[in-house]
Amino acid sequence: MILDSKIPEGPLAEKWDKHKFNVKLVNPANKRKYDVIIVGTGLAGASAAASLAELGYNVKAFTYHDSPRRAHSIAAQGGINAAKNYQNDGDSVYRLFYDTIKGGDYRAREANVYRLAQVSVNIIDQCVAQGVPFAREYGGLLANRSFGGAQVSRTFYARGQTGQQLLLGAYSALSRQVAYGKVKLYTRSEMLDLVVVDGQARGIITRNLITGEIEQHAAHAVVLATGGYGNVFYLSTNAKYCNATAAWRAHKKGAFFANPCFTQIHPTCIPVSGDYQSKLTLMSESLRNDGRVWVPASKETAERLRKGEIRVSDIKEEDRDYFLERKYPAFGNLVPRDVASRNAKQMCDEGRGVGGSGLAVFLDFADVIKRNGAEWVSQKYGNLFDMYAKITGENPYEQPMRIYPAVHYTMGGLWVDYNLQTTIPGLYATGECNFSDHGANRLGASALMQGLADGYFVIPYTIGDYLAQTPPKPVTTEHPAFKEAEAGVRARVEKLMSINGTRTPAEFHKALGHIMWEYCGMARNAEGLRHAKTEIQKLRREFWSDLKLTGTDQEMNQMLENAGRVADFLELGELMIDDAYNRNESCGGHFREEYQTPEGEALRDDENFTYVAAWQFNGENQPEILNKEELRFENVKLTQRSYK
Amino acid sequence: MAGSNPNAKPMNLTLKVWRQRNRNTEGRIVDYQVKDISPDMSFLEMLDVLNEDLLRQGEEPVAFDHDCREGICGSCNLFINGRAHGPEAGTTTCQLHMRKFSDGDTITIEPWRSAAFPVNKDLSVDRSAFDRIIQAGGYISINTGGTPDANEIPIPKDIADRAFEAATCIACGACVASCKNSSAMLFVSAKVSQLALLPQGHVERKTRVENMVAQMDKEGFGACSNIGSCAAECPVGISLENIAIMNREYINAKATSNNLA
Repeated sequence: MILDSKIPEGPLAEKWDKHKFNVKLVNPANKRKYDVIIVGTGLAGASAAASLAELGYNVKAFTYHDSPRRAHSIAAQGGINAAKNYQNDGDSVYRLFYDTIKGGDYRAREANVYRLAQVSVNIIDQCVAQGVPFAREYGGLLANRSFGGAQVSRTFYARGQTGQQLLLGAYSALSRQVAYGKVKLYTRSEMLDLVVVDGQARGIITRNLITGEIEQHAAHAVVLATGGYGNVFYLSTNAKYCNATAAWRAHKKGAFFANPCFTQIHPTCIPVSGDYQSKLTLMSESLRNDGRVWVPASKETAERLRKGEIRVSDIKEEDRDYFLERKYPAFGNLVPRDVASRNAKQMCDEGRGVGGSGLAVFLDFADVIKRNGAEWVSQKYGNLFDMYAKITGENPYEQPMRIYPAVHYTMGGLWVDYNLQTTIPGLYATGECNFSDHGANRLGASALMQGLADGYFVIPYTIGDYLAQTPPKPVTTEHPAFKEAEAGVRARVEKLMSINGTRTPAEFHKALGHIMWEYCGMARNAEGLRHAKTEIQKLRREFWSDLKLTGTDQEMNQMLENAGRVADFLELGELMIDDAYNRNESCGGHFREEYQTPEGEALRDDENFTYVAAWQFNGENQPEILNKEELRFENVKLTQRSYK
Repeated sequence: MAGSNPNAKPMNLTLKVWRQRNRNTEGRIVDYQVKDISPDMSFLEMLDVLNEDLLRQGEEPVAFDHDCREGICGSCNLFINGRAHGPEAGTTTCQLHMRKFSDGDTITIEPWRSAAFPVNKDLSVDRSAFDRIIQAGGYISINTGGTPDANEIPIPKDIADRAFEAATCIACGACVASCKNSSAMLFVSAKVSQLALLPQGHVERKTRVENMVAQMDKEGFGACSNIGSCAAECPVGISLENIAIMNREYINAKATSNNLA
């Protein structure tokens, strides 16, 4: 299949404006004749739901949480990028565009990224107008800080809880439309399938998580804003409920899945403390503005430290290796996430890791505390320091934090064109759920930007283009496709309930996570990937013959919910492995050990892999079909990324 | 690693857990034993251990709400030994760690108790009343697009900081659960004062507070008697000052009942 990305003609800077003029409009009186389903109420979903309802469309918004405000966007800490250039430090739309393309290791679409940089400035205006309490300077104007992969200060923030404040802003806009009756809210409802009628997305099948009821919902278009799939790895910084089911079900109904192997490992997370660990907690990248990353310079010192023979304070300055500052003097501790993560792993592989397990490096604030005082540090990072202390029982004001990389974000996702439409007409994907803007590595503070850009400023234009070409006739659930999809969902739930084996959903999930982290994590190689593929297939067979559940499906049953999600992860995991195996190069978060520079940096193969790998479902247990969207770089020259 | 506390020994605990099939049936306390609990576990990880054990034994696991497990989503909401979110101040249930307990302890775990928060199952309650209060006015009525430049309105840093502090409420409901009247005043006042402090929120400040308070009363939350247990038990430290601000806003609003004066 030829993938048409529908990128508008013309110079980069004019594409979006031109496109906005060229898309078809739905006249104001007709908008109320269209229903739009939005699945997910995080930044991308809530902002889209509010904005489309404001325009006059009838929106049905679905979330599996008890309230839209609980979506995992709420946990984003550090900030949101915008090319405001309030700091007069050389920022511009073009520079944000350039940093994002480069940060993504030249595997994102130029046109999408430029549009993202353009609308970034509107996002900040919008959020401030909503009452989002961003950090401010004493003069009353907005404050900024810098983030990894950038040499300007363009990150807006609300202490260490920017995602919370942005989500509550979008949630308030959504709540206002619920009050007006323009958004109908379905909480504790999980999408379990997509309904496609005559090749167009026309509805979804959901399960009410309190009563167990299976429901049909029809609309003229469906938007998936269901987040990423980092929980394939079991342990990640994602919330426990984060899952790929909605996106995966859509994939199996015809939506291509793009670049699934592009996963981001975040360098600064609290290390694993035991087998019981249920999730990993991020320590915001903003901490790298003031914290210095180091390990003992010698293996012997590290070993004595791990054994408790010496304390951190016993290690002299000259016996410490500030490895990021040493290797990347230009960017220092603020190198992009993939670079920072790989270096931390390398130090630990060399036997210089710290903590009981040796799988940790130090993030040290002693210098900044000496320079500016503990009070200053607390003002800036107080909640993060508190969180660290609660989880580890250690005081980061007195001793350095121990950090280690963990799965954090997935750049891959449903393939979408410039309009954010998937390969199924009428089905859109926004936010982390799609693949479009971050290439092979996302820069810090860009996820919030993308989620809100898609929801507030892109989808309201592009979905109108589709709806204007759809007759404004009422949609119903009468088409046999609804009955068929519902029957499929019921059969699957019944199957899960009836296996009656011996192993719990969490046991399978942990086993899957182990395979993925070991062979498809921070470093990958062909042999390991081949092995992992066999392992996953075996695990999947075991899942469907040995799963244990109790209770019924006619009530709240959290283990059943989880089992369905794990079942889908077991399929998606294999596709991630296929994708990683296919991509014979290293780029961004995808590091294939066979392809590296003599210094151990990622080595791209632009000649053969400057494309988006868009995978097409081809039937149960059949190999998926690879479709390629060639990436064309007309404005940026592809170079070896260097942060030295 | 158990690196933080290498000498801490695993614990055996007795749990007394509220079990209730759904909102239409009666519940009761059931006793469970959990063994080899690491002090470095979070409270919810300890419940994961219990649930995995129950499932393997063919019993029904205990339903409870949780998600981010880093103290920000506001999902988790357990009443532990008679206190919302347990014994550690300023901490959500998910951030409470077992090092706060000792070997041999008996721990009682109940859902939030409030008529406005009906039980879904076991420890999970329905907090949609909070959403309906926000829908009644917890927003600034602007549409997407056409907003002025973000730096057009300077806001004094201390005002912005106070608004931020109020805005950090996670809507977990601990304030309601801790109040002998099941009052939601702290939750409602946090949003009212955030928006009343900011210039952007001034336009609608009177109708907002009136509508939100009316909805709060309609949902069946009790009155405030100024004891302050809500603020004492709030995991994110929402200040009682917000209730004072809301009362002032409310009286001002009632004097004119429009947004003009």
